[in-house]
Amino acid sequence: MATEVGDEIQTTVASRRRDIRTEEMEVSMGPQHPSTHGVLRVILKVDGEWVREADPDLGYLHRSFEKLAELRTYPQGIFLTDRWDYLSAMNNNWIYCLAVEKLLGLQVPEKAQWIRVMISEFQRIASHLVFLGTYGLDIGAMTPFFYCFREREKILDLFEELCGARLTYNYYRIGGVARDVPTGWLDKAEALLDYLANRFDELDDLLTFNKIFVARTVGIGVIPPEMAMDYGLTGPMIRASGIPYDVRKAQPYSIYDQVEFEVVTHDGCDCWARVWVRSQEMRQCLRIIRQCIAKLRTFPEPDFDAPYDPSPHVMAKVPPKPKPKPNDAYVAIESPRGELGVYMVSDGGEKPYRMKIRGPSFVNLSVLPAIAPGHKVADLVAIVGNIDIVMGEVDR
Amino acid sequence: MTLTELCQIVAQWLGVPDAYRGTATQILLALVDAFIIFTFVMVAVLVLIYVLRKLVGFIQARLGPRYTGPRGVLQTVADAIKLLGKEDIVPYAADRWTFNIAPFIVFLPAFLVYIVLPFGDPQNGFQVRDLNIGVLYLVAISSVTVIGIVTAGWASGNKWAVLGAMRAGAQLLSYEVPMTLAFLVPVLLAGSLQLSDIVKAQGEGIWQWNLLRWHDYFGLTTLAFLVYFVCALAETNQTPFDLPEAESELVAGYHVEYSGFKFAIFFLAEFANTVAISAIATHLFLGGWKAPLPFLPDEGWMSMVWFFFKVSVLVFVTIWVRGTLPRVRIDQVMELGWKFLLPVGLLCVTGVGLIVAVR
Repeated sequence: MATEVGDEIQTTVASRRRDIRTEEMEVSMGPQHPSTHGVLRVILKVDGEWVREADPDLGYLHRSFEKLAELRTYPQGIFLTDRWDYLSAMNNNWIYCLAVEKLLGLQVPEKAQWIRVMISEFQRIASHLVFLGTYGLDIGAMTPFFYCFREREKILDLFEELCGARLTYNYYRIGGVARDVPTGWLDKAEALLDYLANRFDELDDLLTFNKIFVARTVGIGVIPPEMAMDYGLTGPMIRASGIPYDVRKAQPYSIYDQVEFEVVTHDGCDCWARVWVRSQEMRQCLRIIRQCIAKLRTFPEPDFDAPYDPSPHVMAKVPPKPKPKPNDAYVAIESPRGELGVYMVSDGGEKPYRMKIRGPSFVNLSVLPAIAPGHKVADLVAIVGNIDIVMGEVDR
Repeated sequence: MTLTELCQIVAQWLGVPDAYRGTATQILLALVDAFIIFTFVMVAVLVLIYVLRKLVGFIQARLGPRYTGPRGVLQTVADAIKLLGKEDIVPYAADRWTFNIAPFIVFLPAFLVYIVLPFGDPQNGFQVRDLNIGVLYLVAISSVTVIGIVTAGWASGNKWAVLGAMRAGAQLLSYEVPMTLAFLVPVLLAGSLQLSDIVKAQGEGIWQWNLLRWHDYFGLTTLAFLVYFVCALAETNQTPFDLPEAESELVAGYHVEYSGFKFAIFFLAEFANTVAISAIATHLFLGGWKAPLPFLPDEGWMSMVWFFFKVSVLVFVTIWVRGTLPRVRIDQVMELGWKFLLPVGLLCVTGVGLIVAVR
């Protein structure tokens, strides 16, 4: 008797279940969404809270930089680079200038090289701070965002004193940098380093090692080392999968072979590992900047009253309209997001024949459809934020 | 002169026949009570939003409102006026009738809970109705909110809103259970569901508050308080449990399509609830309107001062949590509720029940 009743209940439940119609829901996340970091659109197929498919849809911020560069002379192209990856404009300046310098076979003065490395590392800190802050916001922590931007503000103040701009610097030039560092600037920078070192510990307490934050990010968005290599990931994304690939060590450019620093790696392969790698990288940046400041103090003081500007210590002799011989060159640097490359072809004229940008955000974003399925909607936000995309560079 | 006498006089003045005078007095009294509660909640919410903005501003290294009125105190008023002046948009895909009714289903329980909450010593009339099933009433009324939230999410005709509503449904229903268990502990200790009895049972002095009765209940009551507080945060969608309206994931969750006046009502209900959960915790665990030390005055208006002081402390804690913690994920919320808070709540109830039975 008892079994019959049980069977009856089971058949009722089964027939009810057949009556309930379930289907996957297609949700368009973005281009207007608080945590797609600009105008990324991800087409999601969700089953309740579960993400079954995530398909990034790009192109909402396409501004055609590669074509625009072909229409301008070499020095005129620099200001465009500020707008690729607007969180690390200095690095974009640098890669463009490096490409042109390689075409011209130009030797950059030593002081300019040290300044470039120092500024670039400051830029890396500023960029990683924005990452940490906005990532905290994605996870739901409001407060670290404000702290990160307060710290970044101080770096931007230094940049402003150096070149007059806070976001689009236009500071690196073909053959050097636009201006020498002002008097007293190095002291301010050194004071800032000590301040930042303390602040990084505070951010670690508040965010990186916060219990809820760890619970939200550990084991989420796992990218095994093989997958990371298959997708051509670079920067913190691959280093958090345990592969110590860093352009600064792998093929040292400028004077990176003369400074000491470690390539931070982590075997976690998950979102938390990538946050940790970035927070440790900021500390390595401080180390590099200290060495740069010590070295820069050994150079003669700049003479800002001199009739020539910029000073020959920081600027090589370059004609106003350089015309490289027909040739091509690929250069790559380690931007905060990974390997930023420029392939430039010259036809002997005053404008580049072709310029191709290898944007690290774009390549890193390509891994999203592979790792997103099987996570929850909240995790998807954590994964997208973790790739640290800057749409200006993804769409270009 | 009490309010009842005043209402009687008004009823007389209105010329109500003697046979209906009692009923008329009751109706008038109810209207006056409703007005008092409404005013109280409005003022409390205005103050709370301003304090929240200033405190969160302080935590987040910024200034908060500064320009509207002296030190920005009128900012909330300005925002409210702005919201009331906005166009009331009903999306094309929305289910019009349910869409319009939903904010009020959320709003109503937020106000109804104040009926049984004393704002001071009830002997001085600082309570609207001292129901003998006070705690049961609180549990019943506060569980209505989820209906309004799910209605709002479903009626909006927006996918994000539906996701938010589903989360809200799961979360609010799950946390009702441990919260009710935590409610049971003070009820067991007082032997009554009436809020004034529960407060009176907590005796004189801070060491006899349910929160701190370590000497005779071995911290079980403190545990119950913590369970209640975590559940209360989840019930009112506060950080770290603000998943139903998670800004970075669901844009605004269940109220994404609401604008103007209806959005203001959701907002109002949320903050009214924040004050309410702190007030409930004050009565159940912090000795209500009583002074922390026996020799301090807590008669008359002083009882109201103590009550508001305790509520402010608890509200401060919620704001502090809001400024510090990230958001948890939906499965973690469920795990915390069912696998941790529920057993702990059961432990509190059984433990306290056994001790009460043995003594």
